[in-house]
Amino acid sequence: MLTLSRISKRFGATIALDDVSLDVAAGEVHALLGENGAGKSTLMAIAAGLLRPDHGTVQHATDASGAAIRVALVHQHFTAIPALSVAENVALAAHWRETGWRAEQRAAELIARLGLPLDPAARVESLPVQLRQRLEIVKALATDARVLLLDEPTAVLAPREVTGLLTMVREFAARGGAVVLITHKLTEAIAVADRITVLRRGTVTLTGAVADVTVTSLSRAMIGGDLTSALPRQVRGGDVRVTLDPVWSADPSADARPLAFRAGEIVGIAAIDGNGQRSLLRTIGGVASAPGVTVNGPVKFIPEDRTTEALIGDFTLVENLLLGTPAARRHWIDWRAARADTAALMDAWDVRAGDPDVPAAALSGGNQQKFVMARALADSPAVIVAEDPTRGLDVKASAAIHARLRAAADGGAAVIVHAADLDEVRALADRLLVMVAGRLTELPRDTPRDLVGDAMLGLAVGTPG
Amino acid sequence: MTTMLLHRVGVWRAFGPAALALLTGLLLLSAFLTLAGYDTMTALAALWDGAAGSRYAIFSATLVRAIPLLLLGLAFAVGARAGGFNIGMEGQFAAGAIAATWSGLLVGDLPPPVAVTVVLLSGGLAGAAWMLVPVAMRLRFGVTEVITTLLLNFVAEATVSWMVAGPLQEASGGYPQSDPVAVAARLPRLLPDARLHAGLLLALLLAALLWVAFRRTGWGFRLRAVGAGPTAASTVGGIAPLRVLAGALILSGALAGLGGAVEVSGVSFALYQQLSPGYGFTAIAVALLGRLHPGGIVLAALFFGGLEAGAGAMQRDAGVPAVAVQVVQAVVLLTLVILARRTR
Repeated sequence: MLTLSRISKRFGATIALDDVSLDVAAGEVHALLGENGAGKSTLMAIAAGLLRPDHGTVQHATDASGAAIRVALVHQHFTAIPALSVAENVALAAHWRETGWRAEQRAAELIARLGLPLDPAARVESLPVQLRQRLEIVKALATDARVLLLDEPTAVLAPREVTGLLTMVREFAARGGAVVLITHKLTEAIAVADRITVLRRGTVTLTGAVADVTVTSLSRAMIGGDLTSALPRQVRGGDVRVTLDPVWSADPSADARPLAFRAGEIVGIAAIDGNGQRSLLRTIGGVASAPGVTVNGPVKFIPEDRTTEALIGDFTLVENLLLGTPAARRHWIDWRAARADTAALMDAWDVRAGDPDVPAAALSGGNQQKFVMARALADSPAVIVAEDPTRGLDVKASAAIHARLRAAADGGAAVIVHAADLDEVRALADRLLVMVAGRLTELPRDTPRDLVGDAMLGLAVGTPG
Repeated sequence: MTTMLLHRVGVWRAFGPAALALLTGLLLLSAFLTLAGYDTMTALAALWDGAAGSRYAIFSATLVRAIPLLLLGLAFAVGARAGGFNIGMEGQFAAGAIAATWSGLLVGDLPPPVAVTVVLLSGGLAGAAWMLVPVAMRLRFGVTEVITTLLLNFVAEATVSWMVAGPLQEASGGYPQSDPVAVAARLPRLLPDARLHAGLLLALLLAALLWVAFRRTGWGFRLRAVGAGPTAASTVGGIAPLRVLAGALILSGALAGLGGAVEVSGVSFALYQQLSPGYGFTAIAVALLGRLHPGGIVLAALFFGGLEAGAGAMQRDAGVPAVAVQVVQAVVLLTLVILARRTR
C-alpha cells in the first residue's frame, strides 16, 4: 500500500534519517519503534507528504480506478476544535460539503461503520480524552484513507482505553487498510503489530515479523544496549512515614488496620484515571487535603504535568530551583548561591541545558523531568510522591528516572509512585496497591499482569491468603 | 530580572522591541503629519522644543508630566507582574486625589513634612481602598479585575463631580472645584523657577525600591512566580496565588492613589474634574514599553511625559492637534503587542 525506499533527510547539520526503508501492506499493522529523536515523526511526515525527502522515494499503491490511495496522518496532539461538534469537526477535516444535520448523518454512518461510541452531535469539549483520540482517527478515516499513520496514539490513554484503540486498529487492518503505528511501548507493539521496525538515530536497527523479535531484542535495538533490568531491591522495613486510615482500604475485614508506608519502600499505586488516586497522592504530597492521611517528615511532590505544575516555562532553571525550595519563602534571595546550587544539580543529574539561566521551556521533556526530580530529591525528603514521573519520556530517560527513584528509596525515603502505565508501576514497585473508587487493595508484588488489570477494573481478585 | 535577561539574551532581545516600537511610532506620526498636509519638520521641531528644547520644557513640562506616569506605570507593573490587569488606575488616581484634597484642607496647622506625609498617605490608602472592591469580587466570586477596575473608573469620575459640587466645593461656591489645599500640604519645588516638585524624588525612590523588591526579595519572587505560572507556584512552590495577587493589586491601587495625591500636592493644589488627562491609561503604555521593569518604566515615563508636553507645543506652534501624539502612543502599544506575540 505504501512503500518508502531508501529515504534520507537532513535538517542542517543533523541527519534525521539515513537510508531508511519501510513498507506496509494491506491488512497489516506495522509498528515503528524508537526513542525520542530517533526520526519516527520525520519519517511519518515524509510518508504523509508533509516533508520532502532529500533522497529516496515514496510510492503509494493505486486503487481500482488507478488513483493513488490516500494516506492519513494522526498527530500525537489533538487537532479537533473543542467548541464544535464531532460531526462538524469531521466535516471540516474531510472537506465535506454537507453541514448541519446532513453532516451529522454522514458522520453517524461513518462512526457506526467503525463501531465507535461517538455521538456525532456531541461537542468535542465534552468528550473524555479517549473519545477525542478516536475522533482524531475518525477525522483521518473520513477522507477515505487506506493507510493510517498513527503517531503515539496511546500516550494519553489509560490501559483499558489502549486495548480499545488497538482493537480498532486491528479491525481497520482486517478490512483491508494498512497501519503504521508509532509507539514508545514495546509490549504494545508486540501485542498489535504484524511487523516491527526499530529506528535509532535515523537508521533502521531492526526490522522483522513480530514472531521473530523479543522485548530484549527490541529494547537493545532501540537504545543500543540492555535496559538496566530492575533487580529486586533489598527492602528494609524502616520507620512508618505515611499512614492511611482504614477509610482508604477496600478490605472491610481489616477495619482496625491502617495502611502504612515505610522508609525505604517503593509503593506503586495502579489505577485507571479518575479512581481517586489523584486526590490521595496530592494529599500525601501536601498539595491537597483529604481526611485520614498522616505523613511524618518532609515530603516532596512530583506532579504529573511538568510544564504547568512542576515548572514555570518562562523562568530560568535557577528561578525554578528556587520555586521548589524553602529559599523562595525567605525575605531575601541569594542568587549567587541559587545559581551555584542549580549548576551543581544539573551536573549531578546530567541535565543538558548548557546554562542555569536558560528558561525551563527551552529544555527537552527528559531534561525537564530530570531537573524536576533533581530539585525534589535534592534535600533528601522523607517521603517522595511521584505522579506519572515518566510520562512522555523515552525508554532511556525513563530508565534514568526509575534508577533515581530506587536510589532515593535506598537512601531511606518512602517513595509512592503512580503511573498511567501498569508495567511501569509493576517494574518499579516493592509493594503493589490497586485503587478503585477511592479504595486501596494491596496485591502481592508478583501478581500476574492480567489479574492486576482485573483488579483495576474493580473485578474480584482471588488474592491468596 | 533585567540583569539576567541581559546576561542571557543580550541587549537587543531585552530592549529591541521597545526601541522598534518607538521608532515605528515616530515614523508613523511623521507619515500622518505629511499626509495630513502639515509641515512635518516644523511640527516635529515644535514637539521636540516643547518636550526638551528649553529649561522650561524640561523642568516645568516634561518632568512634571512624567511623575504621575511613572507612579501609575509602577502601579500597573506591580499588578501585571503578579498576573493582574489593573486598568482602573484612573479611578484609583481620582480616589487618591479626593482623599489628598480633603486631608490637605485640614492639615494647615501641622508642620509641612508631617502635613505632606499625611496627605500622601491618605491618597495611597484611598487608592488601596478603592481596589478592595475588585479584589473582594475576584476572591469571592472570581470576577476578573479587568472588568471591575474599569467600571469603578466611572464611579470615581462621578464621585469627583459630586465632591467638587458638594462636600469639597470651594467656599465661594462659584466653580465646581475645591479650595486650594493648605500651603503646608504642598510638595516642595525642586528648583526656584520651575514647576518640578519633590514628587519626582519620591517616584524615583519607589521605582528603585520596586526594582530591588522584584529582583532580590522573596516577596518579589513569589509575585513574579504567581504571574508567570500560578499552577506551578502553588503546586511546587506552596504559594497561595490568589493571596499574592490580591496583595499585588492592593499595592497597585495604593501606588495609583499616591499618584493622585502627588498630583494634588505637587501640581494642581486643588481638586477638579478631569484632573488626570488620561494618565491612568497612558501609564499602561508606559509600563508595557518599560517591559514592566522599574528601570524601563522610568525611561518610558520620561518619554511619554515628553510626548505629552510636546503635544501642547506642537498644537501651539505648528497647528497640529495635540491628539496626533496619541498616534505615537497607540502605535507603540500595538507594536509591542505584536512583538510580544511573535516572540512567544
